[in-house]
Amino acid sequence: MTTETAGPLISLDGIQKVFGAVQALSGVDLKIHAGECLGLVGHNGAGKSTLMNILAGTLEASDGNLAVAGDELGKGYSVQDAGRLGIRCVFQELSLCPNLSVAENTRIIHPVLKGFGWQKRAGALIMEQLDLVFPGHGISPNDIVGDLTISKRQMVEIARAFTVTDTNIRLVILDEPTSSLDARVADQLLDYVGRVTRQGISVVLISHLLGEILQVSNKISVMKDGRVVAFKDAADFDRVSLVEAMGSTVVAGAAPRRDQNATTSAGEERIHMRPAGQPDDQSIRAREGEVIGFAGLAGQGQTQALLSIFEGHGVLPSGAQASGCCFIAGDRQVDGVLPLWSIRKNIGVSSLKRLRSGVLIQNEREQELADAWKERIGIRAPDVEAPILSLSGGNQQKVLFARALGSAADIVLMDDPMRGVDVGTKNEVYAIIRQEASQGRTFLWYTTEMEELDYCDRVYVFRDGVVSETLSGGDITEENLLQASFKQVSGAA
Amino acid sequence: MTGLRFFASPRFWRGALPALSLTFVLLGVFWLQPRAMSYFGLNLLFNLAIPIALATIAQMFVIAVNDLDLSIGSFVSLVACIGATWLQETPLLGIAALLGCIAVYACLGALIYIRQLPSIVVTLGMSFVWSGCAVLLLPTPGGSAPDWIRTLVTYKPPYVPMPLIAAAALALIVHFALMRTSWGVLMRGVGGNEKAITRAGWSVLKLKMTMYALTAVFGILAGLTLVGLATSADANIALRYTLLSIAGVILGGGEFVGGRISPIGAVLGAMTLTLTASFLSFLRISPDWQIGAQGAVLIIVLALRAVVNRMEARR
Repeated sequence: MTTETAGPLISLDGIQKVFGAVQALSGVDLKIHAGECLGLVGHNGAGKSTLMNILAGTLEASDGNLAVAGDELGKGYSVQDAGRLGIRCVFQELSLCPNLSVAENTRIIHPVLKGFGWQKRAGALIMEQLDLVFPGHGISPNDIVGDLTISKRQMVEIARAFTVTDTNIRLVILDEPTSSLDARVADQLLDYVGRVTRQGISVVLISHLLGEILQVSNKISVMKDGRVVAFKDAADFDRVSLVEAMGSTVVAGAAPRRDQNATTSAGEERIHMRPAGQPDDQSIRAREGEVIGFAGLAGQGQTQALLSIFEGHGVLPSGAQASGCCFIAGDRQVDGVLPLWSIRKNIGVSSLKRLRSGVLIQNEREQELADAWKERIGIRAPDVEAPILSLSGGNQQKVLFARALGSAADIVLMDDPMRGVDVGTKNEVYAIIRQEASQGRTFLWYTTEMEELDYCDRVYVFRDGVVSETLSGGDITEENLLQASFKQVSGAA
Repeated sequence: MTGLRFFASPRFWRGALPALSLTFVLLGVFWLQPRAMSYFGLNLLFNLAIPIALATIAQMFVIAVNDLDLSIGSFVSLVACIGATWLQETPLLGIAALLGCIAVYACLGALIYIRQLPSIVVTLGMSFVWSGCAVLLLPTPGGSAPDWIRTLVTYKPPYVPMPLIAAAALALIVHFALMRTSWGVLMRGVGGNEKAITRAGWSVLKLKMTMYALTAVFGILAGLTLVGLATSADANIALRYTLLSIAGVILGGGEFVGGRISPIGAVLGAMTLTLTASFLSFLRISPDWQIGAQGAVLIIVLALRAVVNRMEARR
């Protein structure tokens, strides 16, 4: 241990990761010393989780070097290697088997827990660690993980990452560890992190709660767009400077927002909806011809709000409901494309009512519709009879847009539809959205990307399932958004 | 206090349901036919439950890794045919053929995992392959079981009938291997959260291949037991085992996905299903209706389980 204190424990050098057309990481350098707690912050999609997956060996870097304790680890660095080197990771989505007990889940990461009496030893091991990190946890080693509450599951997973059998742990990565812990338990964890770092174990803490990061970290690294944009001692940061570092210093491009005053007052109101549990009097409103943004950190209830509108909640006049709404899914592989169908059928499926005569679908009419939209939205395919899977991801997304816009729906709900779409396609689609809005359609647009909000007339920032802030017109700035996204829900603590 | 709470917990009821359903059907049989309450009677009642229980355990291994084997019935038939021909005439060839079957099953597991194919499609296809092989081997019903198998399955221990001992041994051995050993944890973990197992550095490929190979092993045991009891074989002898085995696993408290299985429950489930058929015969219900009646039992038990789950959700 003592020999390692000279050099960094982990050193990442020019790490790159490419997913298809998306550059998730573009050259990350990072050094972690033994006994250090590194806070890692950044907005959604900044690449934090990808970077940690590479460090944990579950993803392979496309390029760059990774060294642990001075040993260069080349290609083929795997989970097994990470385990051997004492690197553990608590992933954002839990890695426990819900059908197994707490003790059995502990066994999974410890190959040495086998042979006679392993259950007892595994149970004792995890209990000891749970008592150490979360005194008064109320978990028994024979509890089936699936029967535990989400916060207890998270406690088990965190404690499990700190258990030691044959190899000493050197680095523990905690990716959003406190997301489902209440304040008291979260404090226990942060307290424990402080204790283990004093024993020489390094911790990487990823969190959206800046208070936590500032409280326990020695060093803070801020990521943005797959890069580390700031890397300093924690003492050199405060809340405001952290938020500033996460945002872009230069406003990229002129705001393409339409002049709001002309349209907003004119159209009739189409949606008036309050999210369940909204504590104040803010509510989601949308008029004819408006583009409304849903912002905030990922998974704060934006998709649920869209779905509830899709089911007819808050749609005016009441009772008009779902027939007037269409939905563009973000996860196109799961919720969007019909993979075995042609482009034509994929476009036509939302408009079948208009395309049929009697009980039969009129192929010519569907063809017309598909051809018209292929032309208008610029789907790059030889013809609309081609199978949809022959298209690139961006073009598949365009087909989904064509499906929604080609239908008669007045309200278009978009669930982060531009995930993994290249810039060129994005700009084309933005133009069409604006054009359609000016013709009287209403768009509700959940997006995790800042610049897309520049197209919105009004933005609702979500936090914990409710609207935490309503921004409109000139107030839609990156700084305001970040402040609202990271707003501490003080009442809950 | 804690003991009492355990008996009121949904977890207890979920585990007890298979045993309760078996007891219930068994009481029904005894009430209709008190003479079944004897060594000979029990032997007769549960004789044919053993191959079904073995096939159910085989199915359970596949279900434990979130797959489904639609070929187990034709596979058991093929094994029975091998047992009644090659294993009798040229034992070495017979054993080699059975080992080959295990290897094929392991490869199926690898294929399904690597290519991410739906197991239903692959095994449905394989069911025709197995059936075809069985017909080639034994075009008309016939053959004869090797004597050692005959002796084994007709052995009559004192006091307790053989089928009951065999069922208990099967349930306990598999329970121990799958639910108590450190190795069984990994197997079930694959069904629970494949990603977690991969992230912990284990090879899911190897685990799945092992589970499929085990399915074959227990399928072979089922086929050999069956041919021992029936003395001769037929290419279609066990086709109904496919659905019976799935029903048995589910009846025994297992679930199609999530690695939630219970070996003891599966054996009890298989016995319940067999017993239901006898129960209906005692009621003089024609065999045509028996499949439907087995379905009714399944629906009743699953409805009860839904009640238990709701009890749990309310907590």
